[in-house]
Amino acid sequence: MKTYALAALIGAVSVTSALADEDADLVVNGDLEIAVRAPAPDHVNLPEVLSGWLFRSDETQALQTDDFDNPGMIFVDDARETWASVEGAAGESCQSCHNDPESMAGVRPVYPKWNEEAGEVRTLAMQVNDCRETRMQAEPWGYTSGKMANMEALLASVSRGLPVNVAIDGPVADTWAMGEEIYYTRYGQLELSCANCHEDNYGNNIRADHLSQGQTNGFPTYRLKNAKLNTVQDRFKGCVRDTRAETFSPGSAEFVALELYVASRGNGLGVEGPSVRN
Amino acid sequence: MAENVTPRVRVPSSATAGEEITIKTLISHVMESGQRKDSDGNVIPRSIINRFVVDFNGENVIDVALAPAISTNPFFEFRATVPESGTFNFTWYDDDGSVYEDAKEVTVA
Repeated sequence: MKTYALAALIGAVSVTSALADEDADLVVNGDLEIAVRAPAPDHVNLPEVLSGWLFRSDETQALQTDDFDNPGMIFVDDARETWASVEGAAGESCQSCHNDPESMAGVRPVYPKWNEEAGEVRTLAMQVNDCRETRMQAEPWGYTSGKMANMEALLASVSRGLPVNVAIDGPVADTWAMGEEIYYTRYGQLELSCANCHEDNYGNNIRADHLSQGQTNGFPTYRLKNAKLNTVQDRFKGCVRDTRAETFSPGSAEFVALELYVASRGNGLGVEGPSVRN
Repeated sequence: MAENVTPRVRVPSSATAGEEITIKTLISHVMESGQRKDSDGNVIPRSIINRFVVDFNGENVIDVALAPAISTNPFFEFRATVPESGTFNFTWYDDDGSVYEDAKEVTVA
């Protein structure tokens, strides 16, 4: 009886690869090629690193190949307006210091990274809020708020196609090791670690969902299920919750470490944000 | 009432006579259904775009009635044949009486 059930399970798993076109290449607007496959970095226990885009249905993949069809681009436009608008007591906007958003090309691929002055690992969201508080003297945004997600999408969009390249050694080594520890720790009543799904079982189905490698090169991500941009730490929270655990908070030291570690697993993949997922 | 409403339209700038062209439109809008409640339990009033009209040189191309179940930021894609050079006029009608407009010219070689 047990053998029979196991055979049925294996049968169910093997048909799932028909769900998505895993051989497709991602070209946006007909000319911007984005690497959705890359050789695995030395520290990653995978044969090859693959973008989550490869694991989505043909229709969802297509939405990302044209900026007019990509619903995430609305939020990028929204952030462009925010970029140029003055806020806070210092009378500054993002533009006052950084000029056009395009000047930020190359920033998204290297975050999270070490900030020497502050002596800490900073995510893009932390850096944006530091700018708002210190330079603009404005209210910080919520870590996973709509405004923050939109700004992250703008910063990602001007770096699209550039390879993710976060540093894992030097001053960030301790944080990175903490992230790795969290990645391989089983959490919750279901006793699942990140690796159980995203390293051991990517390509298989978890109920109706096609498991990806859990790469973060596409964040922030427009999800068809909630029709808005979702930040990477929101997604972490959702994943940990699904293991039926008490989650860490977005912005916590644990999630910052995890964001760094997971980003480093995708070193070499092209930045896609805002990507489209289900 | 509705904030951050921006229409976006994509029409090829040129076509051959009688060619079927693909037109895409997107308008950012909350499309509040009127079914939801806020954190205090009060109904959030309905605020949607209820009608979308496209004309070509004064002739109607499509006329769409939109209902509350339509998602935020409604996207329309349709095809139209262009017999001659002219202008596509796009009009969205909001529940609050606002009218949003856009226009695109097509040149037929």
